Amino acid sequence: MSFINYASREINCKIVYYGPGLCGKTTNLQHVYSKTAPEAKGKMISLATETERTLFFDFLPLALGEIRGFKTRFHLYTVPGQVFYDASRKLILKGVDGIVFVADSQEERMDANIESLENLRINLKEQGYDLDKLPYVVQYNKRDLPNAVSVEELRKELNPTNVPDFEACASTGEGVFETLKAVAKLILVDLKKGK
Amino acid sequence: MSTSQMVMYDEEFQEINEVIERLLKDSNAKVIFLVDKNGQLISGVGETDRFDTTSLASLTAGNIAATGGLAKLIGEKEFSILFHEGEKDNLHISIVGGRVILVVLFDNRSSLGLVRLRVKKSSEELSIIFDKLMKKSEEQTKSGSSSFPFAEITDDDIDNLFN
Repeated sequence: MSFINYASREINCKIVYYGPGLCGKTTNLQHVYSKTAPEAKGKMISLATETERTLFFDFLPLALGEIRGFKTRFHLYTVPGQVFYDASRKLILKGVDGIVFVADSQEERMDANIESLENLRINLKEQGYDLDKLPYVVQYNKRDLPNAVSVEELRKELNPTNVPDFEACASTGEGVFETLKAVAKLILVDLKKGK
Repeated sequence: MSTSQMVMYDEEFQEINEVIERLLKDSNAKVIFLVDKNGQLISGVGETDRFDTTSLASLTAGNIAATGGLAKLIGEKEFSILFHEGEKDNLHISIVGGRVILVVLFDNRSSLGLVRLRVKKSSEELSIIFDKLMKKSEEQTKSGSSSFPFAEITDDDIDNLFN
């Protein structure tokens, strides 16, 4: 649910990065943070445990620029990926405008990917959303690892609806901005339709 | 979509700011801001420059969401007031009209009792304004007369954002 403020001429949208534990959601945000000009970004907040596992969420506000005199802001959130943090994950999906599903390309994480994607659908449904109707993209992360499954196979399992998908290596930044741009664009196109 | 889009117009924005400016004075607070439950900052008054209001907004909404989750677990609808006491500064967080969060930051020049009292009165005023705002936005959507700024954007406009 975007927030349009005619008084301050701003449009705010919320993007949530979803995916199994250790798939690289936080790393995506860290890369965006490190490569964005200081005037375009706010502080990045990470609510994490002592071992740097996300406990509640990461948050990064971005100001992209103006469209027709309206400042366009995107708020990037990640969810905690570990299975037992489901109650927290649900809270973060509230008011979401667009979703990035970050998949871990490693063969042994395939089941975790599938489980997380199912969990995403269920949690969205509880909030009254339908993943197929939301701006949504998939990112196949960790393409650089030797045990990465082929993109064809990942696509077959994780992207049956054929939404825009991207190969990435979040630790080096490859594919990170492509993914973000794609989801942001889908959100703006959705807004244009006046949804 | 489960919830309607939040839209803010000039008229209501001014009315809201008048209410929270008054609350700032009456409660002797340092900063007051309004956040929607999804973490978007609606407005802020007082020493806003000294604080990272965007982060405050997001964390406040996360806080309300988490305590809301706790409330449901014990069979409550929500906890409508949260109070955080610090060494110098304190935060009084309350839910207005079921959908907006009012945050009052104050120090020892004020007191919890005063803040609670003043917040109660302002909340009623704010609820009325937000109800009006919701109705207005629904009517505009229904009649199709909303001068939605994005209706005419082109693909080029969108692409330009990323350059």
